[in-house]
Amino acid sequence: MGNFEPIIVAFCCHYCAYTAADMAGSMRLSYPANVKIVRVPCTGKVDVQHILQAFQNGADGVYVAGCLEGDCHFKNGNTKAARRVIYAKKLLNEIGLEEERVEMLLMSAGMGERFAQTAFEITEKIRKLGPNPIKKAKKS
Amino acid sequence: MITAERKPMEEILDYISPFQRIILVGCNECVTVCAAGGRKEVGLLSSALQMAFMKDGKTLSVNEITLERQCDPEYVEELVAHISQADAVLSMACGCGVQEIAKRFPQKPVFPALNTKFMGASESQGVWSERCKGCGDCILGLTGGICPVARCSKRIMNGPCGGSTNGKCEISPDVDCAWYLIWERLKALGQEDKYEDIIEAKDWRPSWHGGPRKIIREDLVE
Repeated sequence: MGNFEPIIVAFCCHYCAYTAADMAGSMRLSYPANVKIVRVPCTGKVDVQHILQAFQNGADGVYVAGCLEGDCHFKNGNTKAARRVIYAKKLLNEIGLEEERVEMLLMSAGMGERFAQTAFEITEKIRKLGPNPIKKAKKS
Repeated sequence: MITAERKPMEEILDYISPFQRIILVGCNECVTVCAAGGRKEVGLLSSALQMAFMKDGKTLSVNEITLERQCDPEYVEELVAHISQADAVLSMACGCGVQEIAKRFPQKPVFPALNTKFMGASESQGVWSERCKGCGDCILGLTGGICPVARCSKRIMNGPCGGSTNGKCEISPDVDCAWYLIWERLKALGQEDKYEDIIEAKDWRPSWHGGPRKIIREDLVE
């Protein structure tokens, strides 16, 4: 388990987290290469199905990163996404996967440091949880 | 619409665990509207079931098909081309759809993925409430368009009862007193006199109490 490198899919809103990731780059802040970013026009576009499919296709962790509360470019896409993440957690629980594998995060476009820091934190959290049990079963 | 909710995953998994290839059939009508069994819910359940199988080191092949209507034989017929490649069928329709599939494919195990709940209406986004019991003898014309059969906990025909407080039913502060609503509506319509009319004891024979019901339209029968 020591050399386990988790695959983490991050659905990032174009107006905040994605730009924050860019900002992290401009600030020469490094963040783990484990995080694979999927840019979305708004986190409101992220469906529970997208989250499940990420896990089905081998992701060890997924997070959805949207704008700060009240700052959504499309008014309330981020709050919708937060509710969907809760629903995804419920579904994961029901099939015996740890609900901590999926999270909702909020940040603004200027928070390059926060982006890098949360990428570290989530990678470490998933590393502790271990590989997605589906992947483990697939390999054996 | 007919409303429904997905069964607990554990129960669904119990049904399908002996099989390797299933058809997961959604319905494009009521259960799509109440977010229980449309194309999207089929996709979600399919992913969840496949992952649950993979977790146990097994594989499940799921053929996702959403029919226009599962309660009509014409649409169920669309499954004929796929049925031989499946060990079982998991239906995401209401009980009517599940039974139509069971009738059409007598040799194939068919399981429900949903619990059918009630005939209801959308109250707000994501909230559905019971509105009709299908009693077979509608009295909405007498009660200001609000149904005491479906919405009064006691099904009282001449209410309210003593359990009505501030417009709420005694069973829960979240449940409106149907007779309070009826009175308010009759007042708004200027039809208070209608409230004075005694509604006679209801004949329940047109309801389920007369056994399973059937409608025959002679002009349409072939």
